[in-house]
Amino acid sequence: MSTTTIDPSGPADATARTRAALTGADGARRRKDRTMTVLIWAAFVVAMAPLVSLIWTVLSNGAGRISMDFLTLSMRNIFGGDPSGGIYHAIAGTLIITALATVISVPIGLLTAIYLVEYGKGALARAVTFFIDVMTGIPSIVAGLFAVSLFTLILGPGVRMGIIGAVALSVLMIPVVVRSCEEMLKLVPHELREASYALGVPKWLTIVKVVLRTSVAGLTTGILLAVARVIGETAPLLVTVGVTDSINFDPFEGRMMTLPVFAYRQYSQGLATCPGGESASCVADIAIQNAWGAALVLIVLVLALNLVGRLVNRWFSPKLR
Amino acid sequence: MTTTVSPPRPRVPGRPRRRSRTTDRGFNRVFRWIAVGAGVLILAVLAAVAVFLLQQAWPALTAGSDELAASVPRYPDDTSLLEYVGPLVFGTLLAAALALAIATPVAMGIALFISHYAPPRLSQVLGYLVDLLAAVPSVIYGLWGIYVLGPAALPVWEWLNSWFGWFPLFAGPVSPTSRVLATVSVVLAVMILPIITAVAREVFLQTPKLHEEAALALGATRWEMVRTAVLPFGRSGVISAAMLGLGRALGETMAVLMILSPGFLYSFRILDASQQQTIAAYIALDFPEASGLAVNTLIATGLVLFVITLAVNMAARAIVARRKDFSGAN
Repeated sequence: MSTTTIDPSGPADATARTRAALTGADGARRRKDRTMTVLIWAAFVVAMAPLVSLIWTVLSNGAGRISMDFLTLSMRNIFGGDPSGGIYHAIAGTLIITALATVISVPIGLLTAIYLVEYGKGALARAVTFFIDVMTGIPSIVAGLFAVSLFTLILGPGVRMGIIGAVALSVLMIPVVVRSCEEMLKLVPHELREASYALGVPKWLTIVKVVLRTSVAGLTTGILLAVARVIGETAPLLVTVGVTDSINFDPFEGRMMTLPVFAYRQYSQGLATCPGGESASCVADIAIQNAWGAALVLIVLVLALNLVGRLVNRWFSPKLR
Repeated sequence: MTTTVSPPRPRVPGRPRRRSRTTDRGFNRVFRWIAVGAGVLILAVLAAVAVFLLQQAWPALTAGSDELAASVPRYPDDTSLLEYVGPLVFGTLLAAALALAIATPVAMGIALFISHYAPPRLSQVLGYLVDLLAAVPSVIYGLWGIYVLGPAALPVWEWLNSWFGWFPLFAGPVSPTSRVLATVSVVLAVMILPIITAVAREVFLQTPKLHEEAALALGATRWEMVRTAVLPFGRSGVISAAMLGLGRALGETMAVLMILSPGFLYSFRILDASQQQTIAAYIALDFPEASGLAVNTLIATGLVLFVITLAVNMAARAIVARRKDFSGAN
């Protein structure tokens, strides 16, 4: 507290001294403030390091494997270190299963959001809100087990097909869709609804033509982010859809391959044995390369969905004040 | 489930209220019932998850230990299902707790950085960047953990062992493969960072401006302002954020499955391989090849995981909900 002692040496620099006394807290406090500022900046840098390292690793390891063949061929009749073959079957499976999950989740999720925002009052609405939050925390593998249990009851044990995976994914996706759509519907100003009611428009038409129309950009963003969230899920698909090396477009019949499961399966195959040494037709670490290639395609899909989602909201949402 | 209440009906029997005559008829009513139906459907799905898991787990829950040992691979003799699941629960809790211990301080730092330290213009973009961490698929975290983080962390694990080897967590031989629970915990910590950050950030941003300005006016430095105004206000929010992160870490599958070299021990040695295993990774590892009673046993372990995460998440949400009602600010 030495800086606060008053030194009566004239009014000229009194202001400066007062300012020094007020702003120059004693050294220990200032040092602590600096330390914490540095620590808090460091926390952010520490969090960014994995993101940068991860994206860089996927890019540098996966880029070499990407080619037209890799994207348009399946793994049928590919064994050992054979470097031909690709991920077409996995891309198709991922897109089909994710699309099905979206078709299941979006109507349920959107209608629930409408219920919560436009009609929700009382105990039921509180219960729905609470259990949606709880549902957000269901482990993905448990969602997979649920879908397996459900279809075991219907079709008997040991069945694997795309639709089971889609059901598992929608269990994970519905709460995300509800949450984000709810936020977007809440942003629609009340005046718009009231103006519509004043014109004698019934409530359901107000919701469809005014509320949904106003928030369509935000809803699109929410749905795209939800898709990005489930497109990379591995564990539920591993237990519900199984694996295959062939192309299968029918989600109601037989096993399908998906990108994340493909990456995992290739990774767990490890090194191939090349009897005649490495050559153009036998690459020992081809499975690992395949895994990185699939990871790159997957991460590009996810990042693109994220980016498009954010931009849709930024560009197309009405300017609300 | 005392909360499932039938939707509101006209209170006076016989004579419907005026409101229901004028606005709640025709397609209006149909639309309302569809919306309510969607909400009820979600409750039904959650109930169905519990019921179907229980139904499929039942054969394993009621089977004798001899029967289980005969049909489930790697099932030790003379063990009840509870003793069998025990080490898995232990491994799951240990991994999640370690991840939480690593992630919470960092996440609080990031949340404070975004809410109070970063230039306001940048804070939204920085928030997106942190959210991107949540968007990365877990299988890619697995690949990254095994090929990048594992080798990079090995010297750290050796250093920890040589200096703090007396501490039970860091004891024992350090596995040269780095396929150990310590590496898994770091990856899990990175994966749960975004969710903890997101919740904590929201709470910190809600700190009443007047509290902050009052602290600054009394001559507090920025850190003192954060400590005296922001942190006390956000305490319950941070606790529930951490519990949400815990729930996520408990259920994470692929990163554990790909990185950890599994074992079935009640072991605290997180730097040694083949010590622990988590429930989720165990299910994902064995399920594709399982059949018959083994499937039921795996679903039973999944049920245990479901119950644990449900309890953690409900507790977290209850804290958030209570805080919303009795917010000290308003």
